[in-house]
Amino acid sequence: MFSRILIANRGEIVLRIIRACHELGVEAVAVYSEADRDAAYLQLADDAVCIGPANAAESYLNIPRIISTAEVMDVEAIHPGYGFLAENVEFARICRDCGLTFIGPPAEAMELLGNKVRARELANKVEVPTAAGSENAVEEEQAVKLANTFGYPVMIKAAAGGGGRGMRVAHNDQSLRSAFAAAKAEAEAAFGDGSLYLEKYVVEPRHVEVQVMADNEGSAVHFFERDCSIQRRHQKMIEESPCPVLDERDREKLCEAALRLIKEAKYVNAATVEFLLDKDKKFYFIEVNTRIQVEHPVTELVTGHDLIKLQIKVAAGEKLNLDQRDIKHTGCAIECRINAEDPKNNFAPCPGTITRYIQPGGPGVRVDTHVYQGYTVPTNYDSMVCKLLAYQDSRADAITTMKRALGEFVIEPIKTTIPACLDIISHNLFAKGKVDTSFVERHF
Amino acid sequence: MTLKNDDLQKINELIEIMKQNDLVEVEIKHGDDRIFLKRRQPEQPTVMAVPVAGANIAAVPIVDITQASAAEAAAAGQTQKNNLALIKSPLVGTFYATPSPDSAPFVELGSHVDTQTVVCVIEAMKVMNEIKAETSGTIAEILVSNGQAVEYGQVLFKVKPD
Repeated sequence: MFSRILIANRGEIVLRIIRACHELGVEAVAVYSEADRDAAYLQLADDAVCIGPANAAESYLNIPRIISTAEVMDVEAIHPGYGFLAENVEFARICRDCGLTFIGPPAEAMELLGNKVRARELANKVEVPTAAGSENAVEEEQAVKLANTFGYPVMIKAAAGGGGRGMRVAHNDQSLRSAFAAAKAEAEAAFGDGSLYLEKYVVEPRHVEVQVMADNEGSAVHFFERDCSIQRRHQKMIEESPCPVLDERDREKLCEAALRLIKEAKYVNAATVEFLLDKDKKFYFIEVNTRIQVEHPVTELVTGHDLIKLQIKVAAGEKLNLDQRDIKHTGCAIECRINAEDPKNNFAPCPGTITRYIQPGGPGVRVDTHVYQGYTVPTNYDSMVCKLLAYQDSRADAITTMKRALGEFVIEPIKTTIPACLDIISHNLFAKGKVDTSFVERHF
Repeated sequence: MTLKNDDLQKINELIEIMKQNDLVEVEIKHGDDRIFLKRRQPEQPTVMAVPVAGANIAAVPIVDITQASAAEAAAAGQTQKNNLALIKSPLVGTFYATPSPDSAPFVELGSHVDTQTVVCVIEAMKVMNEIKAETSGTIAEILVSNGQAVEYGQVLFKVKPD
């Protein structure tokens, strides 16, 4: 086991990783930008080092500064969290070249699965169903031709993209052409790579993803699925497990498919394999997220396994020591992401100081957050302030607990998405589990 | 025990000396007599400790302190003001005061620097980065030591501007 690791991230995930480290007897070194200097979670790290000014490019995304910190602080490994450098192939390579263990997949597996076109190819190779799509990146004319072959609507996606960005839906030739140039520019700007590919758009899909974990001896297991259909502009708002519409047989097929793909890619550590589920319960592979995800606590609650500890153990060379039969799914967990945004003002970000903070509690409630009364939400980063989870034996009870917890939660005076989450949770379609990825935009 | 007027005057003199030289803590011992002053922030010194009962502050040789601080002040080229320029680390790395283990340091207390003067080297990932003063003046304080790990924004030197 490592004696000391560095956490190359900020906010709630740093706190989450510090907690796992401390329970494993590992020292945790945190890094921070000048904007995060006063964040209280830094006090829980064994050491905290300032790595730059507020802007992420010069701090949390600055590889030389992070590696230099790892060296002067004499750490053995780096946990990249999610976002920032978590899926940066160059960073994973540099860690390895500098003798630091990157807590995540080998750079090659990350690169293979990070390219959406190559990942699709791999999926097809191991008979994991994919939505009809282009074999490679396409130019505008090819795109139009293919779209007419598959039939509209189609989705244009960035080959180097992910996290719901660089995607556009087109319903006819005209909208495809106009979307194409814009999508290319967006992809170039966001991912440094303007290549686009095409997929037949699955109408009113559910977004269902499978949590997997592999060790470096070729052993891999899944921790079942999460349904993340409640999204706004391709950003997840609410996630739950199990998926309310999957039966045991479909669940098994889905999870086995995810494992096949991961094993074929010679993947190590945690990953999430994302699928779309259509109205007929047919699933289509979309992409693999080669990192731990924001919504990992949902899976932790329904399986009883600590995914962050597993990540650290696998990276330290330990065998998984888990048989698929040992992993059981019990009960229902729901997570609401709470952002510092104003739902009444088109979800405009609301940074600022939280002067009153009262967290919910009681049976079946878990809160993962780095914020507290007196904390100032900075302007420079994403707006997520908290993950609120409810966990009970049944979905109906989990919804009841979530409603109660949201009702108890006070975060003032900044605006948050707590009221929006409450509205969604209370909607009768949500209660019936009859939602898809267009639900939020259609009803709210 | 109440303070005598003499004592009060001495304390006031001490406070003035502290302010002038931007000292934060002063402790003076003379036999069993001891006085300790600590400033919470500039311009607001607080007397934190009362002298031992029976002590005679007037007996404490303040003259020595005055001479010492005056000497130090002269060496650092300090004036009455407190406007020191700060040289901060632009990197995370290891601070080295000398170009190589056997050579003399780049700068010392009292060294004059201009904007292009290399004041130290910070090693980051085996690359030696020369750090320039980027200010013109005299080194008044050196806050880090050879081989120390430094973070982004950490104050390395304080410079009294020309």
